[in-house]
Amino acid sequence: MPILSIMILLPVVAALVLATLPAGPDAAGRARIVALVTTIVEFGLGCVLWAGFDAAGAPFQFVENLPLFAPYLAWHLGIDGIALMLIVLSVFLMPLCILASWEAVQKRVPEYMAAFLLMESLMIGTFAARDIFLFYLFFEAGLIPMFLIIGIWGGARRIYASYKFFLYTLLGSVLMLVAMLYMVNIAGSTDIGVLSRFDFDKSVQFWLFLAFFASFAVKMPMWPVHTWLPDAHVEAPTAGSVILAGVLLKLGGYGFVRFSLPMFPDASAQLIWLVFGLSMVAVVYTSLVALVQHDMKKLIAYSSVAHMAFVTAGLFALNTQGIEGAMVLMLSHGLVSGALFLCVGVIYDRLHTREIARYGGLSDTMPRYALLLMFFTMASVGLPATSGFVAEFLVLIGLYQTSTWATLVMTTGIILGAAYMLYLYWRVAFGTAAGDDTRAMPDLSAREIAILLPIAVAVLWMGVYPSSFQDPMRPAIAAVVDRVSGRELATLPTNMTLTPALPTVVAPTAAEGATLARTHH
Amino acid sequence: MIPVLVFTPLVTALLAGLGGRAMGATAAKGLTTAGLFLSAALSWVIFSQFWLEGAQGYTVPLLDWIRSGDLVVQWALKVDTLTAVMLVVITSVSALVHLYSWGYMEEDPSQSRFFAYLSLFTFAMLMLVTADNLVQMFFGWEGVGLASYLLIGFWYYKPSANAAAMKAFVVNRVGDFGFSLGIFATFLVFGTVSLDAILAAVPQHAGQGFSFLGARVDVMTTLCLLLFVGAMGKSAQLGLHTWLPDAMEGPTPVSALIHAATMVTAGVFMVCRLSPMFEASVTAQAVVTCVGAVTALFAASVALVQTDIKRVIAYSTCSQLGYMFFAAGSGAYGAAMFHLFTHAFFKALLFLGAGAVIHAMHHEQDMRFYGGLRKHIPITFAMMTIGTLALTGFFFTAGYYSKDAILEAAFANGSDHARFAFFVGALVALLTSFYSWRLVFLTFYGAPRWAGSEHIQHAMHAHGDHAHGDHGHDEHGHDEHAHNDHAHGHDDHGHHAPSTGTAGYHPHEAPWSMLVPLFVLGVGALGAGWLWHENFVGAHEGGEFWRGSLAFREPLMEAMHHVPAWVIWTPSIAFFLGLAGAAYAYLLRPNVPAAWAKTLSWAYDFLTHKWYFDELYGLVFVRGSMALGRLFWVRGDQRTIDRFGPDGAAAVVAAGSVAARRFQSGYVYSYALVMLVGLAAGAGWFLRGGL
Repeated sequence: MPILSIMILLPVVAALVLATLPAGPDAAGRARIVALVTTIVEFGLGCVLWAGFDAAGAPFQFVENLPLFAPYLAWHLGIDGIALMLIVLSVFLMPLCILASWEAVQKRVPEYMAAFLLMESLMIGTFAARDIFLFYLFFEAGLIPMFLIIGIWGGARRIYASYKFFLYTLLGSVLMLVAMLYMVNIAGSTDIGVLSRFDFDKSVQFWLFLAFFASFAVKMPMWPVHTWLPDAHVEAPTAGSVILAGVLLKLGGYGFVRFSLPMFPDASAQLIWLVFGLSMVAVVYTSLVALVQHDMKKLIAYSSVAHMAFVTAGLFALNTQGIEGAMVLMLSHGLVSGALFLCVGVIYDRLHTREIARYGGLSDTMPRYALLLMFFTMASVGLPATSGFVAEFLVLIGLYQTSTWATLVMTTGIILGAAYMLYLYWRVAFGTAAGDDTRAMPDLSAREIAILLPIAVAVLWMGVYPSSFQDPMRPAIAAVVDRVSGRELATLPTNMTLTPALPTVVAPTAAEGATLARTHH
Repeated sequence: MIPVLVFTPLVTALLAGLGGRAMGATAAKGLTTAGLFLSAALSWVIFSQFWLEGAQGYTVPLLDWIRSGDLVVQWALKVDTLTAVMLVVITSVSALVHLYSWGYMEEDPSQSRFFAYLSLFTFAMLMLVTADNLVQMFFGWEGVGLASYLLIGFWYYKPSANAAAMKAFVVNRVGDFGFSLGIFATFLVFGTVSLDAILAAVPQHAGQGFSFLGARVDVMTTLCLLLFVGAMGKSAQLGLHTWLPDAMEGPTPVSALIHAATMVTAGVFMVCRLSPMFEASVTAQAVVTCVGAVTALFAASVALVQTDIKRVIAYSTCSQLGYMFFAAGSGAYGAAMFHLFTHAFFKALLFLGAGAVIHAMHHEQDMRFYGGLRKHIPITFAMMTIGTLALTGFFFTAGYYSKDAILEAAFANGSDHARFAFFVGALVALLTSFYSWRLVFLTFYGAPRWAGSEHIQHAMHAHGDHAHGDHGHDEHGHDEHAHNDHAHGHDDHGHHAPSTGTAGYHPHEAPWSMLVPLFVLGVGALGAGWLWHENFVGAHEGGEFWRGSLAFREPLMEAMHHVPAWVIWTPSIAFFLGLAGAAYAYLLRPNVPAAWAKTLSWAYDFLTHKWYFDELYGLVFVRGSMALGRLFWVRGDQRTIDRFGPDGAAAVVAAGSVAARRFQSGYVYSYALVMLVGLAAGAGWFLRGGL
């Protein structure tokens, strides 16, 4: 059964049905049901994938290869553990997004649902594509529904936000496309698997790396090309923010691990200083910016940038712990920041403002909400036994073996992260209500609990027994590590390295030291 | 047995926390308290196995946790003598505090939440001390931090409580920053995070060096100091101590359990657990010793001038933790653990006693409005006196044995830093005696000064109201809001003129649920030192008792018994001098303290401002990071990145965009168009390239 194709096409069909059905008084309700059923079926199929995936089996499974416009573009699909977990994350979040929009969206409901379904299909396609141009199509087209969601159902400054989004993305994708064309021309294949094993010339790798970097860095987003994200989040409807934070931000990380690391291993090893540098700045800079925000969504958006910096740093630690940690962090952040945006949505629906100062005292009036918000806050600051801790811990312990200094700076993120999240929680949930309307807000409804509780369970599961999520990804990550290990690392001027026991006190170069550190155990 | 012991508090916490509303407060309280008494009973069974039967340490693996490459972290419960001692301390004090809270929190509307937090805390603390690897220890470490945060902020309508809760969490995170880096570095050096494997491999790595910025840094020193930063945060050592006094915003039972007996001692436990590592680095030991000694002195000096009864005890805790650290730094880990053990009894007793006083005085915490209470609450007075005797080291009380052991060990160690610690410690013993007896005399002796207290005045008014309209509990709840809001004002400004008199108020003795824990702890404060000192610090029995669970230096312990007589007598002399000084200033010549404050006003200001740490941190860290955040946001994001990035590009486009207006349908379609054009161009290029 071509299960991946079904997963990609089913939402498209459903979206077409929604778009073509005649408008009527019950069109909105019908659209909600159709979208919910479709996304739940998709989630079911995602579970089938997970259950059917054999971690010890072939690197890529559920492979389909239809030479559509070969040799230029083939309908070539297949997933390894990395793609599998990201697909599972996407299909898990989607029904929750539909439920979150159940009452919040009242305008042009069928079109809204159609846009979401289309986006689901394109996201799955992005993760499942094994042809580089097919990937490109899905990767770039996936942003179109997002533009629409922000531009049509967004807030007051939605045009500015989607405009910014567009400009940034355009810049990156053009450069990436050029690089792809060049690569296919040299390697003679559009197959991602072939390209990942092709050894490009080292000087060429450098330029190709930068071209891909331009696109992925924007998607991550990395400092300093992050400024579209806070605006996009602020203007997007709740469910749009969830998908943006939960899945679209993962495209950058996925791109790094699928393309940059295996295809340009030498350039990756040589340019770790660039990635570490930007990540270090991002963690400190955006965490401090998050501290002074008055708008809840902006605060969480800036915190996302900080968390994504951990992802990039972990990936470019170029060792097992770093990359596994980065992958777990992508999954964890998808769940936690998604949940945080849903939490914001819950109170936004009641009071129609994101202004932090307008809330307060919710522990009193909305105890269930306060409890869940506390849980997700703690997951966001990386309290052990939540998914956030496992992820950040692995990233940092991996990074420490590559660069002490980067770790030293990045680890301050655990202090700053606690500061801005607890400051948010204090202003929202503690203290006393800002006004009578705040005090009158009802606690979570059954629907809202049904949205947030599954995420909480997943966060806890990933925090206590992450192997369930890591096991499928291990072989794929091992392949990437294998590909990048042994490459000559950039010399980091201030690296802490392990020297042999007394009396040799010759400071080795950083590159030697890093190798030494890796081979030490 | 050990899994039941550890997980019972978690289960009861979840049941009480999530189902508290459904089952009712009484059921939730009963469940959590019963669970804790079960855990405590099991702890004593385990402890007696190690104490009397010479049981061997063991580890119960539970589940894989994190596995990645060479890194393997398990959920596992490790039990040895060191853990058994901690188990007894934690579960006993926790069980008693649960019981005490029945009375203390009787009128609070969210009691089930309170008891759930208490049990959750206990679970996290148990995970910390049973950890068999550094990461699980970190889990417990942060878990107790969370529980502490929740409990300090328990009265979340008080702004001061919220601020204190957040401060506690964030300052602890600074410590955890060091702890995390310590774990990373340990993994880099040892290739494992398992405690047994690390401690076994210490000799192999002793003397290795990191090259750092061209300099050579000793590996073991680096690891120990990084991990010690974590210990400093949790145990409120100088520099990272600022959260502990503020943590007194939490309900008093919390202060007794978390901020005196258990959580704050986690740092001492960690150093003892890792003692073979610290033994491999003289520099790290010197740092631990000096930090401990200076903290002991700092906190004792500040405690001299505090007027809030809980803050005096909080600074006292901080100071006593300093003792434990310099004991550990001097190599007397057994003595450090012994003081941890005895301190848990008498400090919990003092806090719970203070809670009884506060309960009696209608939430007034300022000692300037106490006085003459010994006649009104004699049982509390007796128990507080026992606690004070033990804290100040009166003959044959628990503190006498443990404090003497520490000072003698510091002297016997012979190194410069330990000798320094000895003299500082002797001075601190004098200060301790002074401020402790000052507390007793201000509270229980002299004439009543209650009339000046707003709380007492409130109580009298509320009483009148009660008599008229019978609103019962509802009324009282509102009262409490008001009181707690005011409480902060008292500490800092003391704006009332102290006036004498009782204002017609009659303090009442606490209920039995609060007195029974005081009795039990009182017995511990009197007898624990006498009963166990041979086991904890005896030169020969000690080695048998600890059985390798910490680095036990037998020669040092032996040398302790051969120090000069004046060293042995120093703590007792300090006790009597402090007592005499306090009696002179607060019993015989009550106007003397004010005169001292006047003549030494610069010193007095320095102490009342707590050496200006809060002011400095507030300016540098809080305001500094806020200002930087605003700078980055406005100047960085908006005026630089956006201005020259997307907005700039937009301006360029707008300037020459007649052509662009053709894409009136919107940027989405133009974007899709660009993409397609790109693809088409690519395809054309391919064809030309003759693929």
